Amino acid sequence: MLRICLRGANATALRTCRRTPPTNLQQHRQYTSGGSSGATKVVATSLLTVGGGVGGTILYAKWDNKFRTAVETNIPYADWLLGLALGPAPQDWERPFKKQTELTQPSSMMEKEVNTPKAKSEKKVKEEAGTAKESSPVPALPAKSIREASAEATHVISAISEVQSVPAPCDTQAVVEECKECHDHKDKPVSAAVHPDEGALRERPVEELATKLAQQDQEEQDAVISISACLEDSLASSAKATLQAIGAQEAALQAITQHTKKLKEAMEAEALSDEKSVQWKDLETALADRTSAVNDAETTTLKANETLDSLRSVIDKFKGLKVSAVRPLILAAEENLHNMMVDLNKVVTKVQSAESEAKIVSQYTELVNEAKQQFQREVSSLTPEIQANWKGLTGKLSADDLNALIAHAHRRIDQLNRELAEQRVREQIHIDAALEQQKLEDQKVLEKAVKTNLQHIKEETRLEQEKKLAELREVMEAEMRTQLRRQAAAHTDHVRDVLKVQEQELKAEADQVLSSKMLELETRYRQLSQEQLDNFTLDMNSAYARLKGIEEAIDSHVVAEEEARKVHQLWLSVEALSYTLKTTNADAPTVPLEDAAQAVRESCQDNDFALALVSALPEESLQHGVYSEASLRARFNSLRYLVRRVALIDESHNSLYQYFLSYLQAALMFEAKQEAPPSLLAWEDLDTFKLLSYASYSLEHGDLELAAKLVNQLRGEARRLAQDWLTEVRLTLETRQIVSLLSAYANAVGLGTTQAQ
Amino acid sequence: MADQHGRKWDRCVADTAIKTATGLGVGLVFSLLFFKRRTWPLFFGSGLGLGMGYANCQHDFRSPYLVHGRIVKEQ
Repeated sequence: MLRICLRGANATALRTCRRTPPTNLQQHRQYTSGGSSGATKVVATSLLTVGGGVGGTILYAKWDNKFRTAVETNIPYADWLLGLALGPAPQDWERPFKKQTELTQPSSMMEKEVNTPKAKSEKKVKEEAGTAKESSPVPALPAKSIREASAEATHVISAISEVQSVPAPCDTQAVVEECKECHDHKDKPVSAAVHPDEGALRERPVEELATKLAQQDQEEQDAVISISACLEDSLASSAKATLQAIGAQEAALQAITQHTKKLKEAMEAEALSDEKSVQWKDLETALADRTSAVNDAETTTLKANETLDSLRSVIDKFKGLKVSAVRPLILAAEENLHNMMVDLNKVVTKVQSAESEAKIVSQYTELVNEAKQQFQREVSSLTPEIQANWKGLTGKLSADDLNALIAHAHRRIDQLNRELAEQRVREQIHIDAALEQQKLEDQKVLEKAVKTNLQHIKEETRLEQEKKLAELREVMEAEMRTQLRRQAAAHTDHVRDVLKVQEQELKAEADQVLSSKMLELETRYRQLSQEQLDNFTLDMNSAYARLKGIEEAIDSHVVAEEEARKVHQLWLSVEALSYTLKTTNADAPTVPLEDAAQAVRESCQDNDFALALVSALPEESLQHGVYSEASLRARFNSLRYLVRRVALIDESHNSLYQYFLSYLQAALMFEAKQEAPPSLLAWEDLDTFKLLSYASYSLEHGDLELAAKLVNQLRGEARRLAQDWLTEVRLTLETRQIVSLLSAYANAVGLGTTQAQ
Repeated sequence: MADQHGRKWDRCVADTAIKTATGLGVGLVFSLLFFKRRTWPLFFGSGLGLGMGYANCQHDFRSPYLVHGRIVKEQ
């Protein structure tokens, strides 16, 4: 068939060749001339198309991601190529949006948090400003009164005794304001997360408390130091100023009194004109002194007032701080202030009274001067030639002038007498009016004095009250300390009680442990005694059991005898079976084993093992019997001859030619008749001839099993030929095995049941 | 099995001989009748017979090793 096909193909090829040789040549000719350009054209066009296709897919993949994924899944290396061209696939573009939204949310929340603290800080700043404004008080100074220099000096000296450095009260102020704010913020609704300081103020653990107390003490001390320093400083300055003022006022007073005295002297004294002029000059100087002294006094009092104001403001500020340790200092400062003010006011009143006196005296002088001038005018009008100094003109005057003068004098005297009479008449009215005026003035003065005294008394009472308050506070402190001491004592008592209770508890525990240990030991002792008893009973029991065993053994002997008999019978039957197996003819198989097997079965009715073995006997052997070894050996020899002849035939090589070759090989092959088989078969031992020689050897030496194993290694046609023999050998071996097992079993059982006699 | 082998050989040889002879006979007849007493039909016929016998013999020896398969339709 193949040749026919080949012939047909050749014919068709020839035909085709015969038909188209000239055209092929022509085409070849054409190809030889324009072949190169055509090839390049083709190559170029193919490259273009391929490139275009690839580029188009890449572009479309860039535009459409689904297409890209489809290409990547379907075409093996497309994902690599597309990754190179376009970058990684855009799968994560959706996530950054979510991240951004998440980020914006917390940032907005953070902003809100930042805003609330900002608002809080703004509020704080506003409140600080307000409290600052409020805390700077504008105290109204009371009306000053003049005080005594000695008392004032002692006060000032006591105040100046402690001088320290300049304080910085801003810190304490800030701390106080913060505390005020914290107290204020309790009313406002604020989110708890924004103000951890608030929480810290309310929930304070013990260590924090201790540290806070220490801190507070430290702060108090610092504040005290600063405040005292401040106070000393201001007290010193105010004391200086008041001293100055008082000194100035005293000087002013002196000057005023001096001036008035001189004025009085000048008015009343009837000295000579030179002395008068000297007196007037003195008076003028005195007046100048007085004015300057009064001005000085005024300025110094103003300064003193200012300093006292500042001192008062400082004291008020420090009172506002509410630091307990500073209160006595503040009280002392206030007292000093009060005393200074009182002294200053006293001096000022003194000066004022002196001034009023001086005013009276000046008025008197004015009147006197006026009268003098009036008289002078009259005299000058009467006697225009005469000069002012009329006393020194006695010698120059004429009789007329004298007469005129005397007449004028008489007229004047009359006039004055009349005026005097009038005055006497109006005396009472004038006196009444004057009294009234004086009363009014006195009233005013009284009122003023009363007012100032009242204020002083008020101040004094207030100071006394404060002192009493301080004393009371000390008393309270002492009481509190005693209470705390009592509490401490109570605590120690409680601790003592607790310790007693603990002691008792521990004692109870120890007792318990002791009792448990005792119990354990007792149980151990009991256990041991029990064990001994048990052992004794065990021994007794074992002895009794042995006795029983002996009795039973004797009894079982009888049973064993019976068993032995049975086993003997079994053995006999098995022996019979094996004997039938051995008796064979040379070529024919043995007698069927059925009868012997039946005998065996009968003799082992209650023996499962033997029954199983008997039932395992193959049917063939029971029905037809088994071949003897000798017959199998003989068969093998003839078989060997045949097997040698078909050694090359197997499933694939089985043509007649192969048979011929196989026969040739058998004729030419010379192997050993018998060869001892090695313990381990190698690959080259599986050759047919070798196997046959091994099998022959083992058969000759009686090893039927090994021969069967070796023959089992044959393959192909050789095996087919040997199959019969092999099955026969198997059967024989099987039967023999079972019989040997049975005999072994019977022997074993027999041995087991045999008794030493 | 061994004697089976022998018997196969016997059959084989007998069969081949018969077929060769038969082929020779038919060839003879054809040569006499249709091919103007040429010798080639004789050789042809005998060869035919020998060949058939050879093929039969080979098939007989191969028969244990031939596998008969069936196409099972997919369900």
